Formats: sequence, structure tokens, C-alpha cells
Amino acid sequence: MTAKPVARLMQGDEACAEGAIAAGCRFFAGYPITPATEIAEVLSRRLPQVGGKFIQMEDEIGSIAAIIGASVGGAKSLTATSGPGFSLMQENIGYAAMAEIPCVIVNVQRLGPSTGRPTSPSQGDVMQARWGTHGDHPIIVLSPSSVRETFDLTTRAFYFSEKYCTPVILLMDEVIGHMRERVVLPDYETVERAERAGTTVPPEWYKPYENFPSDVPPLVPFGEGYRYHITGLHHDERGYPTNRLDEVQPWLERIFRKIDRSLSDILLYDEDGVEDADVVVIAYGVTARSSRHAVEMARERGRKVGFLKLETLWPFAEEIVEQAAAQASCIVVPELNLGQLVLEVERVIGRDKVLRVNRADGEMIKPAEILKAIEECEWTR
Amino acid sequence: MDKITKTPRESRIHERYLRHHKKFPNVWCAGCGIGIVLGAIIRAVDSLQLDKDNIAMISGIGCTGRMPVYVDFNTMHTTHGRALAFATGLKMVRPEMKVIVVMGDGDALAIGGNHFIHAARRNIGLTAIVVNNSTYGMTGGQYSPTTPTGVLAATAPYGHIEQPFHIAELAAAARAAFAARSTVYHVKELEKYIAHAIVKDGFSVVEAMSYCHTTLGRLNHWGTAPDMMRRLKEQSITCKQAEKMSEEEKQAKIIRGVFADRDIPEYTRLYDQVIERAQKEAAQ
Repeated sequence: MTAKPVARLMQGDEACAEGAIAAGCRFFAGYPITPATEIAEVLSRRLPQVGGKFIQMEDEIGSIAAIIGASVGGAKSLTATSGPGFSLMQENIGYAAMAEIPCVIVNVQRLGPSTGRPTSPSQGDVMQARWGTHGDHPIIVLSPSSVRETFDLTTRAFYFSEKYCTPVILLMDEVIGHMRERVVLPDYETVERAERAGTTVPPEWYKPYENFPSDVPPLVPFGEGYRYHITGLHHDERGYPTNRLDEVQPWLERIFRKIDRSLSDILLYDEDGVEDADVVVIAYGVTARSSRHAVEMARERGRKVGFLKLETLWPFAEEIVEQAAAQASCIVVPELNLGQLVLEVERVIGRDKVLRVNRADGEMIKPAEILKAIEECEWTR
Repeated sequence: MDKITKTPRESRIHERYLRHHKKFPNVWCAGCGIGIVLGAIIRAVDSLQLDKDNIAMISGIGCTGRMPVYVDFNTMHTTHGRALAFATGLKMVRPEMKVIVVMGDGDALAIGGNHFIHAARRNIGLTAIVVNNSTYGMTGGQYSPTTPTGVLAATAPYGHIEQPFHIAELAAAARAAFAARSTVYHVKELEKYIAHAIVKDGFSVVEAMSYCHTTLGRLNHWGTAPDMMRRLKEQSITCKQAEKMSEEEKQAKIIRGVFADRDIPEYTRLYDQVIERAQKEAAQ
């Protein structure tokens, strides 16, 4: 099924659902929660049209469990939720990281903590997306800032997930999820898809977690003649539980390595005029929109301001941030929280030149607030 | 002796179905009934002549959760309480597979209780085998949702004050297609129920009573593993025998038998109709 490249007015949530279809997603399990429900509604209609399957589970824990199960069966799988549901999913996100099962989890962020201020926008789950589940684990987190970007990053989320056998989190926010924009979607056939590496060896030689040169395990879907074991316990190359010290940590290091060695593929960002800027604004998600506006306003006033929009939040784009900040005397980091990704920026470039702009009351940061910070920067310099 | 060594490997059931050269000895205590349930499962599978490639065994956490690693199927050891939800996803994308879910009573009915009743309500074609040892064995004998009222548990040092779930009856009430209970003493009966459950088109539940002598048995001075067997033998009655008993008399008994066996449409088959309808409408 292909969509003709015509202009459409659509929501971020709808674009996410269409991006999933375009990426080859054929299974969705979810539980209703504002502001993510539209993704489920669209997919309940769209998936069976393309021969895929949709199920509304009894809760978010069941939803993520079901998508991991479906992925083990070979289907590209998705769930979508918001803060409270995302909290419930954490244990099984760790399971997917541990067992290296591809799956995509969308979190359309709303203001927390707890039930918070439903359902106002927020970027309060940035750290949770990184460290929400227990134990050391790698994760990929992407964050779109427009409806079209939501479509594109959803397809990338599936691409990374399948290619690196890892859960990928798409961190949207209420504004991006509910906002309608005019978009022209590409022909779905042209969307780049990754398929799992699989194996070429016969079943009797097969070791699902063999240490491959790529560091990505050659997992074969259940039901295709390769009978093996999957577990959330630390396991050996056959997938069987292990307590051997020469297997536990080396394995953990491998699952980090499979992500870390591919940063040039995984780190998505957009930068503009950072080379000779005095001030650089670093932003992501909905805040990138206000930031872009503020940068333009500052430039009109003759300021040399650069802009770095991060699309991949985790792994954190250390070198890219470092380079973008190299020439600037001041870095402005606006976020819809009390300071989360800024902690990473400060870790990389030091606290001295970083200026935070935070808001966590359910309202967006206005361009004027960011502009004020840019001016303050120049003034204090 | 000669006769045994000359038997071809494939003719011996444990050679055919267990990862015998990889994963044994197992984690279970000597005298535990979980191995008996595992034996009943592989004999049931063998009697049905099923293709191993087409069988998945999925578990959660706990003593019973360790079962899949020993069998030569597509096996998955998931998180506590969630085995049925993982299995639901797998069954939906691989409806032709026989998906057997093995759980303990705490796994299936406490932390996983919500998934249990909803899998039954949905009537998705999974075979749920619940080993009911009436306690949390792996963590040392805390009370579970099936611990009988009045007994001692590691977290009920003054006696347990809650009433237990009856798993097979609960499954029947939640609209499972098949629900039965037997014990690890009544192995042939257990095997028969498991075979029926695997063949049944819909959500089927077999509850296998198997007391834990290491924890609950020790705390309550119920004796050794053979004493647990004697207890299952003497304490259990058939559904027919139960009919003649008062509610009070039945309280202390384990009622064995079939509690539901109904023909209702299976979920993945219904979903195939959804796909058909969606594609027809889209084509119009």
C-alpha cells in the first residue's frame, strides 16, 4: 500500500502512525492515553488494511510485552503511550535491551510528574527515556520537532531498531503529537527499511547471541526452524543463563559497543550557522521551534547566533555539541523541564558558558524568552 | 542394561524434547513437582505428534519460569507476570504456532492476574499451564494468591488471613475455552488435560497442583516430598465427588476435573476477519 505524494493536513500522531506503516510496522499493541491515543486509533484502522495486526491490551505493561513477543515472531512492532504509561513500560524496555529484541516505543510527553497537568506539553521524560529501566543498558532515543519530522524519525526508529536489535524510543511531546501541519509524505516504497541480519548457518550450528563482527546478534524469528532460548537473565551465546564472569560483563560491553561504534549512523541533528557564532542555541522537540524563531529574531538584531537542533537525544551527541560550542562564548539550552538534557551539555562543555531556559508549567517556552537569554548571554560576556 | 544403550537416541522421549546435553541438572529442588509437569507436557506434545519448530514455550519468573530453558522448543523466559502478554504478541503474528505458557500461581494470578483474565476473555489460542504450589517458592515461601487460609507462610507468621483464588474456576468464569485442574500425583490425568488444552482452539488453562515441600511444607510441618504427594492424593476429589459435598466440606479439598470446555471463536481467527473487512473496505 503506497500513499500518493500529495499534500495533507495531518497531526503528529497521525504522521507517526503513517511513518510506522511506511517503515513496515505490522504489529501494534497499546492502551489508551492522551495525548498518544490517536496513534492507536489510526493504526487500528490502517494496520489490518496492510495485513498487519492491532490489539488494545489491558495495560501498558501488557502492551510492551505484546510488542516484544510479536517482534520475536518477526514482526516490526510498535507501542505508543504517554508519561504514566511510559513509566509502566520501563521493566520490559530493559528486557528488550537485554534480550536484544527490536521494537519501537513512542512516548508523547505530557507534563508530570505523576498524573501531572493532563495533558499539557512537556519534555520531562528525557532522562527517563535514557535511564528509566534498571541496570546499565544502551538505548536510542529520537525526538521530532515537526509533523513531517515525526514521520521521518518514526521510520528511522524502526530502521535503527531492526539494524541494531535494540528498543528505540521516539520521544514526542503533546504539541508535536496534536499539532496539525501541511505535509507531503514520500512514496512509502522509497522509505529506507532495515531487516534483521538473520543467519546463514544451519540450525544445528546456530548461536543466537554469537559475538558477531558487527556486535549485533543474528536473531531469527521464532517458528523458522531455529529453536533457541531468549531470557532476561544474563546469558551466553546460546541464550542460556550464565553466571560466568567472563561472559556477563563482556556481553554488557558488547551491547553498548554495537551502538557506540555506529554513532555516525545514529546521531541525527541539524545545525545552522554555528561555525562563527557567539551564541549557540541547542534545542530539540517542540522547543526547537521556539528556538529557531528566537535565533532568527536575534540575527535580525545583528547577533551572531548559531542553532543546533538535536534529533537523536540518546546516545548523546557529545562531539557534535562540543564542535558546535567550540567558537561560541555562550550556549543557550531551552527545555520544557527543569533542566535535563542540559546536564549532558554541561558535562561535555562545562557549566561556565551554559545558560538554561526552563519551563515546566505546561506552557511552551516563547521565542521572546529564548531571545532574552541570548541577549543576556551577550550582555554578560 | 544392554537393551537401554542400544536404543536409538531419538526413540527416547527425553532425548527428543529436552536440551539434555546443555542445561541439566535443573534448578528445582529434589522432590519438586515442576519436573513432573514438564514430563507431562512433553509426553502430551509427543502424543500429539507436533513439530517442535512450531511450538513456543513462554514463561514468566519464578521456579516454574525456569522450565522453558530445558525444552527443545522456541523458548522465552520473560518478566514476572507478563508471559501471557508476550505470548499474545507472538501468537498474533504467528497464529499457526502452538504457544504454551507456563507459570506459577504467583506469576499467573498475582502480578500477572490482569493478563490472565484478559487473555481468557479475549479467548486467544494460548495454552496456559499453571503450576500451583500455593506459595512463592523461589523467594522462600511467602503467601501467594492461592495460599490456603490459615496456613503459615514466610510473610504470614501468624497464619494467612486471605482467601485463595481457585485458578481453574477463575479461568472458567473469565470465559476461557478450556479450564481444568489436576495434580502432580495424578500424572496421567494431568497429561490428558494438557494434551486437550494444546489441541483446543482458544484460551485453555490447566492448573497443576504441586505443593512446595521446601518452603510451605516445611513451614507448616507437612513433611517431605513424598508426604506432599500423599497429601495431594488424599486431599483431592473429582468434580463428581464434589457435587455431593457441602461447601464447607469442599473447602479443604482439591477438586480435580474440567471446569469449562466450550467452543467459542478464537481471537486470531476473528482478527483474520477484521483484516478481510478492512481490506475490502479499503478497496472500495
